[in-house]
Amino acid sequence: MIVFILCFILFLVGLYGLITRRNLIKIVISLSIMEFSVFLFLVLIGYIDAGVAPIVDLSLSDQIYVDPLPQAMVLTAIVIGLATTAMLLAIAIRLYRKYKTFDIREINQLRG
Amino acid sequence: MNSLIPIFIIVPLATAFLIMILGKFIQGFQKTITPLILLFLTVLSFYCLLNNYSDSYAVGGWEPVKNIPIAIYLVMDGFSILLLTIISLIGFLASFYSISYISKFTSENNFYALLCLMIAGMNGVVLSGDLFNLFVFLEISVISSYALVAFGTEKEELEASFKYQVLGGIASFIILFAIGLIYWRTKTLNIADVSTLLSSQQANIFDIFVQILLISGFGLKAAMMPFHAWLPDAHSSAPSPISAMLSGVLIKAVGIYVIIRLFFNMFIASEEIAILITTLGTISMVIGVLLAIGQWDIKRLLAYHSISQMGYVVLSIGIGLILMARGTRPAVAVLAIAGGLFHMVNHAVFKGLLFLNAGAIEHRIHTRNLKEMGGLSKDMPATSATSFVASMSISGIPPFNGFFSKLIIIIAAIQAKFYLLAFLAVVVSIITLASFMKFQRYAFFNKKEYSKTLKIKEVPFPMIFSMAIMGILCLAFSLLAFPGVREQILGPAIDVLMKTGEYTQTIIGM
Repeated sequence: MIVFILCFILFLVGLYGLITRRNLIKIVISLSIMEFSVFLFLVLIGYIDAGVAPIVDLSLSDQIYVDPLPQAMVLTAIVIGLATTAMLLAIAIRLYRKYKTFDIREINQLRG
Repeated sequence: MNSLIPIFIIVPLATAFLIMILGKFIQGFQKTITPLILLFLTVLSFYCLLNNYSDSYAVGGWEPVKNIPIAIYLVMDGFSILLLTIISLIGFLASFYSISYISKFTSENNFYALLCLMIAGMNGVVLSGDLFNLFVFLEISVISSYALVAFGTEKEELEASFKYQVLGGIASFIILFAIGLIYWRTKTLNIADVSTLLSSQQANIFDIFVQILLISGFGLKAAMMPFHAWLPDAHSSAPSPISAMLSGVLIKAVGIYVIIRLFFNMFIASEEIAILITTLGTISMVIGVLLAIGQWDIKRLLAYHSISQMGYVVLSIGIGLILMARGTRPAVAVLAIAGGLFHMVNHAVFKGLLFLNAGAIEHRIHTRNLKEMGGLSKDMPATSATSFVASMSISGIPPFNGFFSKLIIIIAAIQAKFYLLAFLAVVVSIITLASFMKFQRYAFFNKKEYSKTLKIKEVPFPMIFSMAIMGILCLAFSLLAFPGVREQILGPAIDVLMKTGEYTQTIIGM
């Protein structure tokens, strides 16, 4: 149970950073923290106490294996997360070239 | 391999790949291939629509083991085909329009490749029968839309894209979290299988939590009211054909479609959740139009109207869901769902057309501010005529399609005894009319405000062609309101939503 609470705290850390930080790069980092707390949660779902990596060994009949599906999901989600982060950073760099700053208070062309 | 389903995903993906490789060597390859491929998909989806095609396809050919589906399923039924048709049709017209519009930008290859990727992603979302696969395709389509919003790489485009990405990212995490929770509870990801397992168990607070997470996540993607902040920026900053795709198709395919699919075919929605969905729809409908009145930028005005019109769809679907949860008066529920789906189809056409008109104006006079325009009806007759058709259609003036779908929604609300909702729908429709009168007057019928020496010409042929086809469709889709045609086109989709068990049957029972 304690790991789920820690995972949730990690999510809140990301959310706090997202709300309070004013720097584009720090916003991207906060989003990544949130993202990885969700990934951690997905891995934890598949964990079974005393389970080992799901490589089936037929000679051991009573071996418990962890659920492999969430692991496959997380691998896919990490790749997607990589694409999202790369896209965010590319836009952040372009914004820096236009505005010469990473401060979101200075980047305010769109209103209303 | 007799199934038609994989074609809808593989063909646009392969096109995106080929454009990036061959587009550098063959002059004009990207402009030719994209509209052709999308025309092919349009014809194919119309063929499926008219033949009432329904099928499911297991990726990799994995058969179910002990009646437990283990493959990733792609499912095509009436509701999916309806969405596929809109995606391909609007995609074709937008890409044809882009031939002249996008030539002012550099790197056309990237534009067409991203457009194809976005369409492949949306087709995947609509066809997917598996929750995680749905998430993957959703990310494919939204990541390409992030890139397309920033395509102009000016200050505003980049800012809008960043905002869109941060909010879209949060929505994605919420959706992924909800999918994880569903997997935790049911140990499966197949929508049909989840539906069977949930229907055999008593609903508890855990399910409600998951449902609210899904409403927030997909509501953010669909820009329902409390989550709408990214939409006006993103949709107004994108190049116009992309705005037409985003507003006309993307928010429906990745937002509204998934909400409808999950709450009709996967969960057994309780009355409280149905009321929550209806309330969100009503709030979006009313506030969206109120925010739209004060706008002077054409594309922002249209973007706020998108929120409002999506509110109509969600409101109507919500009424259907409430009546189904109560289990009373199924005939009215059918009417409400029919109105919602009909309005969704119509909105794709008329909002797509309006964004293309806005693009045509911007292409010629290089401003989006209504105050700097005027008198365009003489110089740009085709644009003026088609935008008049679209404005009348969105405001609900007969005989255009918007009138019939709004009428069905209002009748359904009255028959379901939601008099306040019916009243609000009428009021919002009137405010919409006022707002589009302003658009027509300032853009087309006012006296000239821009410099007299500037000679305004009508836009080139591909743009006129796309706008004219959409204008004709605005009239033609009115036919869907009449009995006979309605059963043929909308009937299968409504059946899928009303008979919740049959969706499961098509996958498990094959």
